[in-house]
Amino acid sequence: MRYVPALVWVGLAAAIGFAASLLVGPQGIGLPLGSDAALLVLFEIRLPRAALGFLIGGALGLAGAVLQGYLRNPLAEPGLMGVSGGAALGAVTAIHSGLAAAVPFALPLGGLLGGAAATFAVMVLAGELAGPLTLILAGVAVSSLAAALTSLALNLAPNPFAASEMLYWLMGSLTDRSLVHVWLASPLIVAGSFVLFSTGRALDALTLGEEAAENVGVDLGALRTRVIAGTALAVGAATAVAGAIGFVGLVVPHLLRASARHEPGRLLVPSFLGGAALVLLADVALRLVSPAGDLRLGVVTALIGAPFFLWLVLRTRRELGP
Amino acid sequence: MSLEAHAIRVRLGGRPVLDGASLAVQPGEVVAVVGANGAGKSTLLRALAGLCRAEQGRVEIDGAGTDTRDRRSLAREIAYLPQDRTVHWPVSVRTLVGLGRLPYRSASAAESAADRAAVEAAMTAMDITRFAERSVTELSGGERARVLLARALAQETRYLVADEPAAGLDPAHGLQLFQHLVALAQAGKGVAVALHDLSLAVRFCHRVALLKDGKVVACGAPGDVVTEQHLAAVYGIRATLGRVDGLPVVLPVSPLV
Repeated sequence: MRYVPALVWVGLAAAIGFAASLLVGPQGIGLPLGSDAALLVLFEIRLPRAALGFLIGGALGLAGAVLQGYLRNPLAEPGLMGVSGGAALGAVTAIHSGLAAAVPFALPLGGLLGGAAATFAVMVLAGELAGPLTLILAGVAVSSLAAALTSLALNLAPNPFAASEMLYWLMGSLTDRSLVHVWLASPLIVAGSFVLFSTGRALDALTLGEEAAENVGVDLGALRTRVIAGTALAVGAATAVAGAIGFVGLVVPHLLRASARHEPGRLLVPSFLGGAALVLLADVALRLVSPAGDLRLGVVTALIGAPFFLWLVLRTRRELGP
Repeated sequence: MSLEAHAIRVRLGGRPVLDGASLAVQPGEVVAVVGANGAGKSTLLRALAGLCRAEQGRVEIDGAGTDTRDRRSLAREIAYLPQDRTVHWPVSVRTLVGLGRLPYRSASAAESAADRAAVEAAMTAMDITRFAERSVTELSGGERARVLLARALAQETRYLVADEPAAGLDPAHGLQLFQHLVALAQAGKGVAVALHDLSLAVRFCHRVALLKDGKVVACGAPGDVVTEQHLAAVYGIRATLGRVDGLPVVLPVSPLV
């Protein structure tokens, strides 16, 4: 598909997902107008959920596209920088310590702190002159440590309720998020997204490799800082309020890359819209499939993402095979 | 007017790679940088292009140091063609050549008429206009080398620094490429080029710099630098120099034991 039609399609899909997110709920389908209670449902429950779905999906799709361009690797995804692992650990720690139950919004704040700490650790570990490979190694190391500590927190959960709360949180969800969550996350996601969008030209130049990119005027150090900071802000905030939502950042840029004629810079806007569409539609779908709310968003995106991965393996095998 | 590297010292991973190497390129000439593998050719070219942090020494354009210049302004003076011809995404030829215009474009600006004209001129010069819309990754090695050189030309710089641009090319494409480099020099560009084919160096280049263990041990007219004694000292080979059909030829005969 060509670029502009693809852009229109993903934009339309995101708009439909947003509208459907406002219209679909356990109270049935339709705009709940008329009573005060119905307005309350619309503005206090469904609007935050739709807004978060749009921003979080967009952040994950965009960050995936930026990291794939920066690392010049189509398998890169936002979790690679350690920020989602750190945010998950921060949130789980907030539950484990009982803070989440005692202090309002300790859960997302713990997530933000964890994400920031992980990003800081990755930057210190990678050092000032880090290239993409060193950065991946540092990210993987920090992610592994965060995953180990998250398992430890689960293992030593004070009671089964805390353990199940942690597990549910790790599966990712947009259920029961309030406007406060939106105010908490949206400035960070918007700021991070602006930083990520600003890397487009430099990512295009990296098509030529690092030295030639420097030769056409790219400051590699400044680019690395923008990639890390943008990812930390956008993905850290997304994970802090919604938990771990996998595969969006991996799958969406992949699907749209050909329509952007493989140009990393052109891929950014469609990836944001595509990520938003995928998360919004998945969130609507799971509300329709299980109105009681026991199906988790991260599970649904993984269920969509993993078969896609299998298809990718098969296609690569066909292309490279005899 | 010239691009000059003065007494450059560079260490990579604790090992000294350049040990006080100097090189100057004037507009209108092609300077060959030759030497054994690991002699420091690539590092000297990268230092010349401002892409390598030197422990000591200074790179100057027209007498002014380049270390204080920002990347974009330097990108309008020196184009650099790395040895590695990897292109990481299958973008179109036109798009790739257009990357040479990034130093002239502000963050959000589209291509200007001048940008488009420079890209067209570079593609015409390299004779790649007819596959402008094809993906770079579908091209042959020779075609790709021309596309990458076109990107450097689109940068419209006074100096071109190319690291083994003819490596891996068949004789026809290798010759074509050097004819292009000479034509660029005739049009006023200063060209520095690393290479291994000594016959190409003595035939096409105006000056030759001979590198050994991070030092330039000889630099001057090809006939003065590429001599049997120098080749024995630098490469450890016995070589025969001669002329065939009026063209200079360097034939490595055997390694000295």
